[in-house]
Order: sequence, then structure tokens, then C-alpha cells
Amino acid sequence: MLRVEDLFLNLNGKPIIDGLNLHVDKGEIHGVLGENGTGKTTLAYLIMGANGYKATEGRIMFEGQDINELSVSQRAKKGISLAWQEPARIEGLRVRDYLNLSGNNPGIEQIKRCLLMVGMEPERYLDRDVDNTLSGGERKRIELASIIAMQPKLAILDEPDSGIDIVSLPSILDGIVQMNKQGTSVLLITHSEQVVEIAHRVSVLCAGRILRTGKPEETCLWFKENCKSCVHINEPLYENLNELVKKGKKS
Amino acid sequence: MISRSVEKEYAGMVDAYEKAGGDRNTLISKDIAKLVIHENKVLGADGVSGIKIETKETESGVNVHFLVEEGARIKNPVHLCFGVLPQEGLQEIILKVEAQDNSEVSVIAHCIFPNAVKVIHKMDADIKIGNNAKFDYKETHYHGEFGGIEVIPKAKIKVGKGGVWQSTFTLSQGLVGKLDYDFEVFCQEKGVAELVVKAYGKGRDDIKVWEKIHLNGEGARGLAKSRLVISDKAQAEVKGETYGNAPHARGHVDCIELVNGKEAVARAIPIVSVTNEKAKVTHEAAIGSIDRRQVETLMARGLDESEAVDVIVRGILR
Repeated sequence: MLRVEDLFLNLNGKPIIDGLNLHVDKGEIHGVLGENGTGKTTLAYLIMGANGYKATEGRIMFEGQDINELSVSQRAKKGISLAWQEPARIEGLRVRDYLNLSGNNPGIEQIKRCLLMVGMEPERYLDRDVDNTLSGGERKRIELASIIAMQPKLAILDEPDSGIDIVSLPSILDGIVQMNKQGTSVLLITHSEQVVEIAHRVSVLCAGRILRTGKPEETCLWFKENCKSCVHINEPLYENLNELVKKGKKS
Repeated sequence: MISRSVEKEYAGMVDAYEKAGGDRNTLISKDIAKLVIHENKVLGADGVSGIKIETKETESGVNVHFLVEEGARIKNPVHLCFGVLPQEGLQEIILKVEAQDNSEVSVIAHCIFPNAVKVIHKMDADIKIGNNAKFDYKETHYHGEFGGIEVIPKAKIKVGKGGVWQSTFTLSQGLVGKLDYDFEVFCQEKGVAELVVKAYGKGRDDIKVWEKIHLNGEGARGLAKSRLVISDKAQAEVKGETYGNAPHARGHVDCIELVNGKEAVARAIPIVSVTNEKAKVTHEAAIGSIDRRQVETLMARGLDESEAVDVIVRGILR
């Protein structure tokens, strides 16, 4: 469904994405696991086509078409959407209207179900505004609910667990699994090993490259052994990084 | 007996109001208190128990005395409808409002100028809110696309002990023309004042907003809030002033102006002043283009850029 091929992005002369290759199959939850500053959010922005994030080199293919020149809304109309790590707050836009934006016309009962899927009581939230009166965690849940309501072919979820309390996390993850079962493929971007447990495959990202892709359990173990203890996080020595890439491919 | 010409003018006002998106039943229903004025003619004045409305037609408008009796709690909102339907005209409303102690009322004013090419609408209001009285006033304007109108609403509002004044002035349909809004509130002990202005400037609209709140009594609270969107060659200036003059007075000035166009100009001048060491007044003002992240958030749901901007603008003016 999604193929990212030899992708590069330099910002202010610094390579942020550095020859990244990744593919997400139809029906898959694909985790991208990485420490802070490794390029996770940049990857999300590149795939969604956010302003200021255009690949220096490489291709982003969605259902066989290169989407690199398409605008955010054109990509959304093709079936890609993004739940932002820090979702924008929009004064005067009610939750019920935000969840109804996609043009799917989900209907009020479906909107209520979407809120319930992320652990929110519809009666408490439908008529509230998507503005700064919501807490960070509430806004994150509404962002996820809006993606569920949209039913895109591919949902990019950028750190869906940030700002979510530990008690509520399982219900959020369950919502993602339900969304996937309803037909949405998911690119699940996170620094949390717990979150990628729901993925079918997981890729480890460091310094803008994918070091390794595999099943969640073994990839998380590899991540712990090689990334959690790495002294070069955020600014890896390139010899070291190349070794890790080789090591990742072998294992 | 209602004359044919009055009946015709009333029907014209109701039609214009409905075309602007209003519910005509509010101006027709006998159960709702209302006052309908076209140019300098009073077309209808229906009171309800607890409210007295007296009017006097003048050469250029109407003098109105609006009284809410002591302890009266008015269930349904009172509707005021002011308008000038011809292309040219002058309407001066001299409004005297008295909400007596412990009364409570909500008033919705519709100001309709759909064909204005050279119209001036002035309102000069003297408003007294009694002790523990609550007065909610919403004024919405419906203008046409010619922009030939000057709107000059001015009000001095005195809020008694524990009284509440809340007003929202909205001008987002049609061209503003020229707006010179000037509301000033004086709050006594534990009085509350909330002034909200929402306007959408387009074409060559010229908007001036001046909100002043004097928190003179202990524990008085005030909010001067404005939300403006300025596009094309329109310009806007917002002055928000709040004075904390008594212990535990709390005030806030909150201004957001969105500039959507290279030739649009927006200014904000917040003034906060404290003359009592136990008072606190804060302000925030933000002027800028529409936030790119907000636009992209909506575009990621499949909206085109112009649709996304429209949603943001409608939201801020809602």
C-alpha cells in the first residue's frame, strides 16, 4: 500500500531523513519505533505532505502512485490521514463537527461510537470545542476519534500515547486495533515498546534510517539491546550506524 | 388598526431577516416580546409580563425606554429588530435600559441593512443593571454586499452590586462598511462584565472596536474579548481597556485578529491598569495569519485549503 523508497530530507544542511526505506502492507499495523530526535515525526510529515517537508530525494508511493507532489488534502482524498502528535486547537469548532469533516457523513451514532472507542463519553464531549479548553490527553483522543470516523485507507498515528495516562492507554490501543480491523492500515509512530506490541511488524528508526524491521517482540528486544543503551542517540557516529544497519539486517 | 404601509414594512423586515438566516417565527410569534423598528418607525412593540417598552419616534430614529421590573425573570429571549431596507437612510436609536434589582433577561437584537449604499445606523445606549440583576445582550448584524453603511454603537453600562452584564456583538454577514463600536462598563462590588465583539472585515471595511471595563467594586470581574478576521483591503483596530480599581478585582483582555490577505491591516491596543494592589488584570493579544498547522490539520481530513480556512474563520466568529 505505502512504499517509501530511498527517501532523503535535509533541513538547514542537516540530514533528517537519510536514505529511508519502508513499506506498509494493506491491512497491516506497522510500528516505527525510535528514540527522540530520530526523525519519526519528520517521516509522518513527509508522508502527509506537510508544509516545509518535501523530500530532497526519493519517492513516496501510495497504491502505486508517487504522491510526492500532492498537497495534504490531495493525499487525504487518496486515503491517507495523520493524527498529529500535537494536534492543533481550533476555536469555535465543535467536536461533533470535527469528527464530521471528512465527508464520509458518519452520522451522529457513528460519531458517538468513535468517541467511545477512544474512551470518551459522547454526551460530555460532542458539543465542546476542539480548542484549548481541552487537556492535551483529551485533544489526543479526539484526534484519534476523528481518524477513526474518517476511515482512511492509511492512518499515520504520531505518538498516539503521548499525554495519555497509563490507565487509559489500553483502551486507546484497543481503538487502534478496532480501526485496523475495520479496514484501515496503520503506520504507528512511537518511542514506546508497549505501543508497538499491537503492530504486525515493527521498524526501528535512528538518524533518519530504518535499522531493522521484524516482528514486535524480537524487534523490541533488539531495540532495547542496541538503541536504549546507545550513547550516540540523536547524533550517531556514522560508522557505528552503518554497523547497526548491517547488524539489523542480519538478525 | 395596523396600517397597510406598516404591515408591508413589517413584512419586508421579516423577509430580510429570514433571508439573512434568521427564524421569522421569532418576529411573528405573539409569545415572544419584541420591538421592531424600521428607519424611524416603530412597527411593533410587544411586551410581556415584567417588561415595559416605551418608544418615541423622532425625526431620525426612535427613543426607546426598556424596563425590566424588579425581580422579573423573563423566560424567553426578547427580540429587538432594527433595520433600514432602502439604499439610503439614517437611523438613530437612543436606548435607555433599566434592569431593576434581581431581574434577569436575555435580549437578542437583529440589525438588518441588506441594501445599504448610504446608510448610517447609530445607537446611543445608557444602561443600568441593578443589584444582582442579569442582562444578556446579543446583537447580530445582517449587512448586504454594498458596504455603504456606517454602524456606530455606543453604550455606557453601569453594573450594580452582584449584577451581570454580558454582551456579544457579531457582524460577520455581508460587508461591515464602517464600524465604530464603543462600549464602556463600570462595575460595582462583585459585578461582572463581559464584552465580546466578533467581526469579519472584507473589501475595504474599516473596523474600530473600543471596549472599556472599569472594575470599581471589590471582587468585580471583567472580560473584554474580541475576535476579528480581516481580509482583502480591510482594516481593523481594537482597543481593549480594563482597569482594576478595587481589591480582588479580576480582569482580562483577550484579542485575536486573523489577517487573511496581503493588503489587510490589523492593530490591537490592549491597555491594562491597576490602581489597587489587590487587583489583577491580564491581557493577551494575537495578530497574525491563519495558523498553518490548523489549516493542515483540516486538510488532512480531506478539506481543500480554502475550505479549511473557511472552517477556521467560521469557528473564530461563532
